[in-house]
Parts: sequence; structure tokens; C-alpha cells
Amino acid sequence: MMGQGRLAAWGLGLAALVALPFVYRDPYHLHILVLILIWSFAYTSWSMMGRFGLVSLGHGGFMGIGAYVTALLWNHLGLSPWIGIPISMGAAGALALIVGYPCFRFRITGHYFVLVTLALSGIVLQVITATRDYTGGSLGYTPNRTSGSKLLALQFDDKTTWYLIALGIWLFGIVVWHWVDRSMARYALEAISEDEDAAAAAGVDVTAEKLKITLLSALMTALAGAIYCQYQMFITPDTVSGIAVSLQMVFAAIVGGLFVSLGPTVGAIITILLAETLRIGFGTKAVGWDNLVYGVLLVLFIIFLPKGILGSLLDRLKPQRKVPRTNEQEAVQIARPGA
Amino acid sequence: MGMQAFLDVFDIYLLEAVINGILLGGVLALLALGLNLIFGVIDVTWICYAELVMIGMYAMYFMVQYYGVSYFVAAPLTILLVALLGAALHYLVIAPLLTAPPINQLLATGGVLFVLQSFATVAFGIDFRNLGIRLPVLAFGEMNFSYARLLSFLAALVGMVAVYLFMTRTFTGTAIRAIAQDRQIMALMGVDTKRMYLITSALGGALAGLAACLLVLQYDVHPFVGLSFGPITFLICVLGGLGNFIGGFIASFLFAEIISLGGLFSDLEWGYVLAFAFFIVMMFIRPAGLLARRR
Repeated sequence: MMGQGRLAAWGLGLAALVALPFVYRDPYHLHILVLILIWSFAYTSWSMMGRFGLVSLGHGGFMGIGAYVTALLWNHLGLSPWIGIPISMGAAGALALIVGYPCFRFRITGHYFVLVTLALSGIVLQVITATRDYTGGSLGYTPNRTSGSKLLALQFDDKTTWYLIALGIWLFGIVVWHWVDRSMARYALEAISEDEDAAAAAGVDVTAEKLKITLLSALMTALAGAIYCQYQMFITPDTVSGIAVSLQMVFAAIVGGLFVSLGPTVGAIITILLAETLRIGFGTKAVGWDNLVYGVLLVLFIIFLPKGILGSLLDRLKPQRKVPRTNEQEAVQIARPGA
Repeated sequence: MGMQAFLDVFDIYLLEAVINGILLGGVLALLALGLNLIFGVIDVTWICYAELVMIGMYAMYFMVQYYGVSYFVAAPLTILLVALLGAALHYLVIAPLLTAPPINQLLATGGVLFVLQSFATVAFGIDFRNLGIRLPVLAFGEMNFSYARLLSFLAALVGMVAVYLFMTRTFTGTAIRAIAQDRQIMALMGVDTKRMYLITSALGGALAGLAACLLVLQYDVHPFVGLSFGPITFLICVLGGLGNFIGGFIASFLFAEIISLGGLFSDLEWGYVLAFAFFIVMMFIRPAGLLARRR
């Protein structure tokens, strides 16, 4: 599907990205790059279902499960993250299915779906806080430093290794995005997002299609949480779970653009650079300022630029290339309320 | 003998928890009513509803604790302030998005949630603050109830009755109910929908303000306090059926009982978790809400 030119551009870009840490070694900048790559992967995971009108505010919950389950298994049972991460992903996936099935089976869409998922991320936050004897509650949690093999514990000290891991994960997210984009599921899900009844009448198994994409999205988000935890070696309920994290995902995906594969990445670059600039600019007074600007920007974006920065830019560059699908007309089109 | 004594104590605590649940339900019902009102009339969900309450709680704190204003003077001022906030929220954020897909309106109020939370962090810091008013405890037999909860319950009931009277006895209220039934027709019949939306938003804000005055008696205020009752309010509204006032009312008391009884056996947070589990089960049984109405 991809033209030779585009493939070459991707290859060149990737080669440059892989070579980067060997040429440029400033630890602070590498740290920012790793954060951008990990969060880009999380935002891409969210947009997998967000682009089909399945707006979930529960992904903070999946991310929190990924991070906390992996860390808890390591600290309490000594289980290597290599086993812990799949288990945590399984837990997030199971939760996604438990919440998703009644939602999709009984046609809970629109406001209802958003509120249910919103409550989900709120509840995961409450559970992490409530089990403070194990999780450290809102004070945060640190995986124990390993005394043995660093590879087995997935704990590395140098930024270059982490940069390459994050790059691999990010690339994996982009590949999965394209894989879904070219699959039959995409057409089914687009049909569903435009008219559920019509899609069902045309033979699309609405519940199964929605469940599949939700499961995929939840698994990837949990992976992002686990990787974030392994990299930062410190997690708090507020930084990896809860409503704020969920909204942050939606915001970044919308700022970057929901309907292009690199949109969430652009969103991550913009939001993280913004947060870092504000943090350095305001110094210790910055607590809260970055989110204040975030919030104002989110509102402005939704009102004035619903297709996101990259989406709008691409539209301007090639206005005639294709007829836009109706579900791309607005940031997110969801089944009509009460439909 | 030991077993009997255990049962006696247990029953007292159980009864106390049941009654505390009812008292909690009053305030939750007030919050659910505000959210349902906005949804029923304007067809918008304010994700940031609990954050409006948080701002109101800060207003109460500063007026009472910092400037020494009497509680009963500060309360109406707070209600007015949050009502104005509600109207401003509608005018600045919702009105420009009225024709956008519903999800965009919802996400925009999510942005407002960020703004309000971080505004509170920047302006007031992250310290927990409380009014410093210690209301006496009412002993009834062997059970203890705080006056704060009793007062909140009664005030919440008064607030809900006032809204009911406004909606049924005044022209404006009737027009608002009519809009909730049919948005297009009412504009054709000469009702100024823009004005009605603003009034409804102010009313929703006023209810959040009232809830703030009551919650500040029982809980410390901090920038993230909205997160501790926001999600539960959303669950209540979904379970009751968005926009369904009576459903929301019943669901409030159901949830309050689960939280209160769950808290009896463990922490309050586990009460929330139980409430969520209950919610998931109910979604299988009654997916369209407790009092499913045909749409």
C-alpha cells in the first residue's frame, strides 16, 4: 500500500532515530526523548479505539494496572517483569473485557460510554490508594533495585538502552496502527462509528469488533504503563492512573490528530515539550501551571481545530487527494446520544 | 453470651451505617440532580461538575476561615458564585460547541476540569484545608450521628424541593422542562433557548454551590477533592439514566448505602470499589438505567 518513496522516508527516519543516541549523548535530552516515545506509544494505543469514536476515559486505569501489577509482582513475588508485564497486560485486558462487554452488548454509547470508562479510571485510582499497605498509596511506589541480572529485572542505568527500548515499543505501536488501518476490522469499525444499526444489518458483529479493538488498545496501554514504570522506577497513582492521565491521553491524541498514525506522536511531542518548558520556565512555582495551559489549550483545540495539528496540516497540504470519510469531519464522531 | 453480644454490637453498627448511608445519599442526590438537569435540558455532560463543587468549597473556606464571614452569610454567596461559574462555563465553552458532536462538548469540559484543578493548585496550593467548624455529635441510643451529616441531608432535601417547585410552579421552569422534551420545537414557539440554557447552567451551578457548602462541613478541601466524589456521581447518573431525575435520586441512595455499608467492613475506598462492582452487575441486568425509559 505504501509508496516506495514513503517507505524510503520511513527507513531513513528510523535509521536516524536509531543512530541518534550514539551521536548525541546529552542525558537530559535523551530522557525527554524516552518520555516522548513511551507516552507516544500510550497515546497511539488510546487512539486505536478513539479514532473509531470509542472515546474511553478509562485508559488511565489500564496504564495504572500495567505499571502497578508489574511492580507489585516484582517486589512481592520476585517475578521478573518479563513474566510480570504479560500478566499485567492480561489483567488490564480482562478488565477491559468485563467493562467492555456489557457496554457494547447493550449499546452503551456516547455520553454513557464516556462516563462508564471515566468511572473505571477513577475506581482503579481508588483501589491503588485503598491498598496502600501494598502499593504505598498516593505516596508512590518504587520497584526494588535488582542485585542480579539487569536484563532479567528489566532495569538499565544508561539512557541509550532505554532510548532504544522505547523506540522499539513506539515503532511497534505505529506498526500495529497501520496493521489495523489496513485490516477489514477498520472498515467494520468505521461503519459502526457511523451507524451501528446499519453496520449490524450489513453483517458486522458490532459487539465482537468493538471488543477486539478495545482489548488490543487496553493491552497496549498496560504495556506502556509497565515500560514507564521500569524506566522511571517510581510511580504514583496520579502519574500513571486516574482521570487526569486519561484526559491527558485524549488531549494529546486530539492535539496531534486522531486520524493519522503519527498524530498521537506529534501530540506527545507538543504536550511534553510544553510541560517541560513550563516546568523549567516557572521553576518550582510551576506546579499546576502546565496543566492550566494544557486545559485552556484543550478547550481551544476542540473549539477551533477539532482535527488536530498534524491532521489539519496534512489536510492543507493535500486538499484534493481523497474524499474525507464522514467520521473524519470532526475530532471524534460518536453514535448519537441515546442511539 | 459472647455471640449474642457480638450480634448486638454488629446490629447497632449496621443500623448506624444504614442511616449514615441515607444521609450521604442526600448530598449525592443533590449532585446527581445538578448533572441530570444540565444533561436533560442542554444534552451536555459536565465532566468538571465535581470541580465546580471544589471551587465552591474553597470559596467557603476562604470566606469563613480567612475573612471571618459567618457560615450562613458565606453559603448564599458561594451558591451565587458557583451559579455564575456555571453560567460562564456554558457561555464560554458549551455555547460555541452546541452544534459540534456531543463528545467534543464532553471533552471540552474535561479541559475545564484540568483548568479548574490546576487553577486551584496554583492559587491555593495542594494543602488540605478545613473550615475548623466542629459540629457536635448527636447520640441516639448507642448510635452516633454527626450534625454535619444531618444538616447536609436536610439542606440537600430543601434544595431539591426548591428545584422541584421552580421547575413546576414558574414559567421559566416550565419552559426549561419543555426544552428538555423537544429542543427544536420550543425555539419555534418563541422560547429564547439561549437564555433558558444559561438559566439552567446557572441552576446546575447553584446546586453544585449548595453541595459545596454542605460537603465542606464534612470533608477537607484540596485541589483534587473533586475526584473523590466526581466518578461516583457519574455512575449514579448513568445507573439512574442520564437526564432521569427520579432514577438519579434512587440510584444516589443505592450507591450511598453500598458505600456506607462497604465502609463498615473496610475502608471507604473499598465502598467505592463495591459500588463500581455493583454498577457493572447492574449494567448487565438493566443496561438502560434503573428506570429505563423508552427513547
